[in-house]
Amino acid sequence: MSGLPGFLIDDRLHFPSCPSQGGQRFLVEMAAPLTLLLVLAVTIRAALFRSSLAELIAERVEVVSPITAWKRVVEGLALLDLGVSPYSGDVFHETPLIIYLFHFVVDYAEITFMLADVITAVALYMAVKDYNKQVFRKQKFALEADRYPLDCLELIRSPKEMYYIPLKVAMFYLLNPFTILSCVAKSTCGLNNAVVALFIFSTIKGNTLLSAIFLCLATYQSIYPLTLCAPAMLYLMQRQYIPVNFRRASFWWFIAQYLFMYLGSLFVLICLSFFLLGSWDYMPSVYGFILSVPDLTPNIGLFWYFFAEMFEHFRLFFLCVFQINVFFYTIPLSVKLKEHPVFLIFMQLAVISIFKSYPTVGDIALYMAFLPVWSHLYRFLRNTFLVSCVLLACSTLFPVLWHLWIYAGSANSNFYYAITLLFNVAQVGQPGRSQRRLLIESLTETPCSPLRKSQNEKSY
Amino acid sequence: MGLLSDPNRRRALINLLTRLNAPICVVCYMAGVAWFMGLAFEPFTLRTYMSENAMGSTMVEERFPSGERAVATGREFAAHKKKVSGMPVEWLVKTMQARGLEVYTQRFSRTLPFPDENKERYMVKGTNVYGILRAPRAPRTEALVLSAPCTPGDNNNQAVGLLLGLAQYFRNQIYWAKDIIFLVNDHDLIGMQAWLEGYHHTNTTGMDWSPLQGRGGSIQAALSLELSSDVVTSMDLVLEGLNGQLPNLDLANLFYAFCQKIGVLCTIQGKLQRNDWDSVSGYSHAVQTMMLMVMKQASGRPWGDHGLFLRYHIEAATIKGINSFRQYKTDATTIGRLLEGMYRKLNNLLERLHQSYFFYLMPSLSHFVSIGYYMPAFGLLAVILLLRALDLWVQLATPPPTTEDGIADIEQVRHAHSSSPGVLSVLTPLVISHLTGAALYMLPIRFQEMAVEHFPVSETEAVVLTAIAVYTLLTIIGTEQGWRVLKLVALLYLAVLLGCTALINFSLGFILALTLVPAAAFVTPHVPKVLSAFVLVILSPACTLLFSVFFFQELQEMPVSFLDGWLLYLSVISQGILDHFLYGSLVYPLIALLVYPCWLLFWNILFWK
Repeated sequence: MSGLPGFLIDDRLHFPSCPSQGGQRFLVEMAAPLTLLLVLAVTIRAALFRSSLAELIAERVEVVSPITAWKRVVEGLALLDLGVSPYSGDVFHETPLIIYLFHFVVDYAEITFMLADVITAVALYMAVKDYNKQVFRKQKFALEADRYPLDCLELIRSPKEMYYIPLKVAMFYLLNPFTILSCVAKSTCGLNNAVVALFIFSTIKGNTLLSAIFLCLATYQSIYPLTLCAPAMLYLMQRQYIPVNFRRASFWWFIAQYLFMYLGSLFVLICLSFFLLGSWDYMPSVYGFILSVPDLTPNIGLFWYFFAEMFEHFRLFFLCVFQINVFFYTIPLSVKLKEHPVFLIFMQLAVISIFKSYPTVGDIALYMAFLPVWSHLYRFLRNTFLVSCVLLACSTLFPVLWHLWIYAGSANSNFYYAITLLFNVAQVGQPGRSQRRLLIESLTETPCSPLRKSQNEKSY
Repeated sequence: MGLLSDPNRRRALINLLTRLNAPICVVCYMAGVAWFMGLAFEPFTLRTYMSENAMGSTMVEERFPSGERAVATGREFAAHKKKVSGMPVEWLVKTMQARGLEVYTQRFSRTLPFPDENKERYMVKGTNVYGILRAPRAPRTEALVLSAPCTPGDNNNQAVGLLLGLAQYFRNQIYWAKDIIFLVNDHDLIGMQAWLEGYHHTNTTGMDWSPLQGRGGSIQAALSLELSSDVVTSMDLVLEGLNGQLPNLDLANLFYAFCQKIGVLCTIQGKLQRNDWDSVSGYSHAVQTMMLMVMKQASGRPWGDHGLFLRYHIEAATIKGINSFRQYKTDATTIGRLLEGMYRKLNNLLERLHQSYFFYLMPSLSHFVSIGYYMPAFGLLAVILLLRALDLWVQLATPPPTTEDGIADIEQVRHAHSSSPGVLSVLTPLVISHLTGAALYMLPIRFQEMAVEHFPVSETEAVVLTAIAVYTLLTIIGTEQGWRVLKLVALLYLAVLLGCTALINFSLGFILALTLVPAAAFVTPHVPKVLSAFVLVILSPACTLLFSVFFFQELQEMPVSFLDGWLLYLSVISQGILDHFLYGSLVYPLIALLVYPCWLLFWNILFWK
């Protein structure tokens, strides 16, 4: 044990948040910065809501999609008040629950959206804190059993460094310009993020029922979170020590349980929506709209340009290809990452936000918030510099090229789509290529191969 | 991506880039400048050609006969103008009605944020008069505009005369498929702004105008005419519009084609075309022409009344008659025929002009440089910033195994003792310099409103100088690592900023890059302070503008003394501010809110302790 860093032999090895060790004090210590952060975030948003920028931001195609635009929600509300189905006409595409929610709180919309962001941040904060505790416990056991090869020691995480990670996650979410823009534009994406965050929180806490219910809510909102089913089940099984083995009855029993809860609550939600509106109008108008992509307004996604250029008779085929793309990665990823379900959740969120039909920057903000959780693996990231430069440049080029295309008329859609493509390539590059691979290489507790050693060396 | 995914090869590449960083940067800078200068060399440029099918040939028979009468009408207009000492609205309405147009007027008024000393105006009140010739051949869904400004003094009377003459002639033709709007605008650009806002029902600048009573269809193209003498030697084409926007190149091609056909001498930037491109003087002539275009575009001002049309997606240009001492003269009839030909071609358009280029530079009227050719010049300059940033990144990352992410800013707390500059040490200078920039943007107007003294320019100048003076006193104390992180952020910031600027207005981006990139590349806290502070001031945006003013005068072959140059410089600044408040030009806010803070960041790095 002589080669171990000091902190591993130290008494402080115990995770500081253990309730047995002055949990009360700790709670006060950590709650203060979080509260400060929340106050800061709410202040920024409130200030922006009051400024003239809010209207401008609410019009940006990068921030709002045809589904999440607040303007459309208001239109739906107006139709509802007139006693017309909000889905008549082709403007409103949000789910019935959202419109009934805003039916009651439309006067407090700004507060609702700020609250949604706060809930997301707090849920992520608590979830990551809990997750870190588990990682640390696992690491401790592995250390005591001497299962780490020596050259992996630098990857072992100290309590001090993990202490700040939950706060960083909350900060990454709340102070991310993408989240702020999305909130100021009153994009309903913020509410979806809150639901997903609550799902992650309840999953990590190990509450099967709540996890299924929130996942079902998220699915109900935008279909795509369906793929989060796999990591949630994997995680809960890991937590309940059920082996992932197709021949075990306990495995199938758990899956059946979870799916029953999930599908049951989905059934309840769908019926509830039906009874609220008294018709099935919303099915084609929400889910049909998401899946068949009739609105080709430019956005930061990959669909619009492709389908605007395509001959009509290929449309169905490529629609299937593009949509399957979102769901398909679940299978290989869950096979490969079955030991790391939380990382799998992160990957799935990234995949969804890149390949979904109407992505906005709010979706990106959600998965970006998870980046600090795996900060100890940054040294393995390749081309971090390149990727972050490209992301930065693209985010500023979006409005510039939009201006040149739509207002000045001197550029055209190709310019804008080129940036969209670059942005997505950078996004794929960020978590996809490097992190997944490195996580597998570094965290699966196999002895280090010589090959890995060469990769341990610094890469930029 | 093979190069980037193989760790060994990538490391070799990065080693090479860091070891040879300085020489590569110097080479890039030289190459960028050389590339740019090469753009004016004729074999490297493309010949202009008409892309739009509907305007393909110049096979139009021009028959405009009444140049003499037009000149006489111009004289009559001048007399009436003198009588009412301003726009002779009633006379114009009567005359236009007599020519069979539907005539309307529009009143407007505007108080400038501060008195304009160049044009001596503060509270502007005026009236635009326009007449619509309805298209006999097609529904009234599209329109063309011919405008002439009514300027005080003896200028532009012939332009109004010719406009009225053309209106009378056009009225008798049957082939018009688009409405033609004849507009005489008061107070040049302010009147034009009022009319365009009225026509499109927008109000972007807070001007008061009465709504338009009559409208044509959506405007497809517009020409603005400036003519101050009965005969001219050559016709000059002005393309540069608001924020450096240019009309479609086909409009320039159309003008060139008709000038060739009718045999009128045509110029761009007041420079005739020369055929001796292989001689030194021929090349320098082309460089001068192109540099004039670059300077004008970079200023972001509308250089003629057409400049405001471009914002509404309308292709427009100003045609100016120039009368010099040459023997060969062109009379008003010929100019009328030129315009008739152009309008008949524009009348044939089936869709808006979009086939040809929107991003171009013109070293002569028959040659152009497209975006694909000139962007590498800027790219070579911008890549220096990225190389320097990469170098810093490597320096930051190598000694302790910590990484400092540009956006993520993740610090590994385990290595906190070695060095990890807090976010604060980067955030503080960023916030302070942006606040200074905001002060620079707000204060000139605010001060002016408070102090009743009518010297806005000196106010502006005082603000600029005090801002610099105040800022030099502030030096941020930080670690060795701290300035590197700050410089990395500043370099990336500058690169993104210049890149976006160059996309919207290439000339402005390039000129700023020419001076800011070397400043950004060499600054560290370890270079000799006084000398580098001097160099940094020389390379600041304000000094760039000063040099540009002198250079522009030099290019126009009107060199000025230093004192005159200084006065010109001050008036240019006040014009820039006025352009922003009157027409929404973006150059002043860009410089004040973004470029200047960015420069301050480098200043800050120099005085890092």
